[in-house]
Amino acid sequence: MVLDAQGVERALARVTHEILERNKGVANLVFIGVRSLGVEIAERLAGKAATIEGVEVPRGVIDITLYRDDLSRAGQQPAVKGTDIPFPIDDRQVVLVDDVLYTGRTVRAALDALMDLGRPRSVQLAVLIDRGHRELPIRADYVGKNLPTAANESVQVRLRERDGRDEVVLIRGEEG
Amino acid sequence: MTFTHRHLLGLDGMSREELLYLIDTAASFKEISERDIKKVPTLRGKTVVGLFYEASTRTRTSFEIAAKRLSADYVNISSATSSTTKGETLLDTARNIAAMRPDALIIRHHAAGAARYLANRIDCPVINAGDGAHEHPTQALLDLLTIRDHVGRLEGLTVAIVGDILHSRVTRSNVHALRALGNTVRLVGPPTLLPREAAAMGEVHHQLASGVRGADVVMMLRLQRERQGRNYLPSLDEYARYFCLTRAALAEAKPDVVVLHPGPINRGVEIASDVADGAASLIMDQVTNGVAVRMAILFLLASRRGAQVEAPANEEAQPERRRKVG
Repeated sequence: MVLDAQGVERALARVTHEILERNKGVANLVFIGVRSLGVEIAERLAGKAATIEGVEVPRGVIDITLYRDDLSRAGQQPAVKGTDIPFPIDDRQVVLVDDVLYTGRTVRAALDALMDLGRPRSVQLAVLIDRGHRELPIRADYVGKNLPTAANESVQVRLRERDGRDEVVLIRGEEG
Repeated sequence: MTFTHRHLLGLDGMSREELLYLIDTAASFKEISERDIKKVPTLRGKTVVGLFYEASTRTRTSFEIAAKRLSADYVNISSATSSTTKGETLLDTARNIAAMRPDALIIRHHAAGAARYLANRIDCPVINAGDGAHEHPTQALLDLLTIRDHVGRLEGLTVAIVGDILHSRVTRSNVHALRALGNTVRLVGPPTLLPREAAAMGEVHHQLASGVRGADVVMMLRLQRERQGRNYLPSLDEYARYFCLTRAALAEAKPDVVVLHPGPINRGVEIASDVADGAASLIMDQVTNGVAVRMAILFLLASRRGAQVEAPANEEAQPERRRKVG
């Protein structure tokens, strides 16, 4: 166990405060969650921001499947669930939200997907866990917890919306 | 679930889960066609070839647009301007195309079974864009997606398919899928335009009124004049008098009935203009959804390497696992 329910809660609360501080409120902000767990985390951040600022931050969902760099290497295609961003992102300050930052390839794909949809004023990255092992020059602006890991470990994020409880666990030495 | 088929030859034998997976995947591609920049990089560097042995506007254009919105290179071959006119056989033409290493081959042909024939003989995913009176799977999938968009569900519906059932590959694909999903299918038409096996495909009706009575969905078929021998119908006028879907005829169906037609429509023959252009008509939605369906099929079949390539041991290639680790 890396984070229990309270740990997840505190980490998200701190990330929310950092986002609001850096952006001086929520005026031009939008949260875009990366499918699948980034969607729920973006909802949590938006909920906390609404409590603090009294304003709803618009939320969107981005599906990076069509932008992956390993599609033609896979035997079977991952499911496409679709992108759903019901507002223009032009000139908005976008906070891209994901659960775990690892190789950086997902974020690369998400940035490409985002740029096809418009021209945001800026894009910032918020993640619950940064587990290292980057393969691309990408870093997060907001990190819930830095978690040094070995390449053969895997990080599992469980959220109450789908798993009934909040926790982050590190699973050691599974098949690489 | 994952979709394991290498080709899309027909919907016969496809499970409910597979059908819903295809429809769900197609639904998620719709958004791309609503964007300012209607293109995603998914099939960059892939080549898709369309081989059309029959006239086609909608299907051919729809496949081409679908391929291009996925960033594939699309090449179309129409039999009228190909070496077919010099006597080359279908198989030889297909083998030569396959030798240029396309990532998917779309085939429309007047002979039933043409798509399977090629799938068994060339090393490339084959997509059936209509083979004789056999199947037209992408048309049925876009019909299903359109029905679900507007009716809200895809089971427990009564669907009346009306007209030239005998020559209709669209009907055959739809019957397989609609029944696999748990709907009631009615086949409505004059006895001469119903195939012998009609009773095994659905409830048979020879009267338009009884056929559409209480239906949730009415699917009109084009009277395939180019395939009409002399003996099917006394005259077009007589056919229209009994089987043209007019507003009065449609009043027999449920009040919120939806009307589909695969196109091209013969106005005043199988469908009245005011119905084709009316509020219940989903004909243009079908066309819009056709692009999404074909994008989904191309994504599923053309983006992966064939079964002849070993699955890489690299974890980046394991999508399910990779999602969890970020």
